[in-house]
Amino acid sequence: MNLPMSAADLPALSVKNLHKSFGPIEVLKGISLDAREGEVVSILGSSGSGKSTFLRCINMLETPDSGSVTVGNETIRMVPARNGKSKPADIAQVDRVRSKLGMVFQSFNLWTHKTILENVIEAPVHVQKRPRKECIEEAEALLAKVGIADKRNQYPSHLSGGQQQRAAIARALAMRPDVMLFDEPTSALDPELVGEVLRVMRSLAEEGRTMLIVTHEMGFARDVSSRVIFLHKGLVEEDGSPKDVFENSRSDRFRQFIKG
Amino acid sequence: MDWEFTQETFISLVSALPLTLSLAATAIALGAILALALALARTSGIVVLDWFARAYVFIFRGTPLLVQIFLIYYGLSQFPAVRHSIFWPVLRDAYWCAVIALSLNTAAYASEIIRGGLLSVPHGQIEAARACGMPRLMVFRRIVLPLAIRQALPGYGNEMISMIKATSLASIITIMEVTGVAARIISETYRAIEVFLVAGFIYLAINFLLTRLVQLVEFKLSPHLRQPENAAEAVIAGDAR
Repeated sequence: MNLPMSAADLPALSVKNLHKSFGPIEVLKGISLDAREGEVVSILGSSGSGKSTFLRCINMLETPDSGSVTVGNETIRMVPARNGKSKPADIAQVDRVRSKLGMVFQSFNLWTHKTILENVIEAPVHVQKRPRKECIEEAEALLAKVGIADKRNQYPSHLSGGQQQRAAIARALAMRPDVMLFDEPTSALDPELVGEVLRVMRSLAEEGRTMLIVTHEMGFARDVSSRVIFLHKGLVEEDGSPKDVFENSRSDRFRQFIKG
Repeated sequence: MDWEFTQETFISLVSALPLTLSLAATAIALGAILALALALARTSGIVVLDWFARAYVFIFRGTPLLVQIFLIYYGLSQFPAVRHSIFWPVLRDAYWCAVIALSLNTAAYASEIIRGGLLSVPHGQIEAARACGMPRLMVFRRIVLPLAIRQALPGYGNEMISMIKATSLASIITIMEVTGVAARIISETYRAIEVFLVAGFIYLAINFLLTRLVQLVEFKLSPHLRQPENAAEAVIAGDAR
């Protein structure tokens, strides 16, 4: 992963002081994170620690109450909303930033009425307006890469969970995103299907893709990521290399967490 | 039963079939547009629109279609303002009054069917589309609506069948569609059995074809709900797209 730094050493993704409450419950209490290009960041935390909410705030699927998100050199402009919190100033800008962030969901969320190939080319053709032929070629290469080229004309319901998640990864990659966001990508899978998805994610990490992964797969976080973040009660409790965090954690809570 | 008379009646009634079909098709088409608008108003989260749609459905679903037809055909012309408005050329015409009444009525029922379809769309699939950077309108057009239609189609088929039959009420405001012609023949011949049997058969035939058509559309739209066809066929279908 000896990728050259971009000219100004700009992080691929920069999140500053993110706050988010649901009703009276403050889920995120000011989370900041810079991810350099090529960095693979695993985000760990017990359920309710706010890790999924954090990921969903990055692409504005949840609107943060305050804080800022910058992808590359584009910061999502926020304005005060009527409820005293913040909201995006320009929906078109949010859409543009979202197209640079590939999102993979826990429950795959493939479009059930479209074939696997149609799922993968949907956004490149209709959002990015790239030539259909080029998108199909690229989609086929991506499907081959995740190992389901033979499923291109099948519908999501005809695939196993692991195959569906790999298709969803191909769909996210088809946008040529700058950063990939994974929201517990293996949590909805049968144990024997987890490996095939992790293998694909590992290969993406080895290519030098910038990835943020919310996960419960400790082994994966330890072996594959370049950085591990542990969230606890809406705050960053640990942040460092897997070796530092797993072996020399200063946090009692983290040691408790990995003990299970 | 007089076979020759039955045949003559059949020919007379079939000649009125285009009018029945045109009433039904126009009302279903206009009603569908209005129904979609009402369903969107109901699901918009905008209080005023929501309540307008609720009131609309309450009124048009809660009163007889026959009363609605009468009110539009006989009722509206009582008002000089209507007679002098630009809508008068349309509202003085019995055909258009029937189309309007049928459209307004079917829209009330169909809006609830479409609303059910819209609500059935899994939220995750909408989120996936938004996460790709799709603008709202595109999410609606490419993801929400196609999924909602698939869900609503069986119910909508019922509503279309109802509309075919409901066109018979238009005969009451002088329209000579199938039932109108049937009623005229009876008043001339006093032979109700043959004439109504033939009329009934014609409606049955239309609805048979309509049901098959809806089934065909349903089949075409739901390959994802069936077992995959064999691989070769699947590849051919995919390439044809």
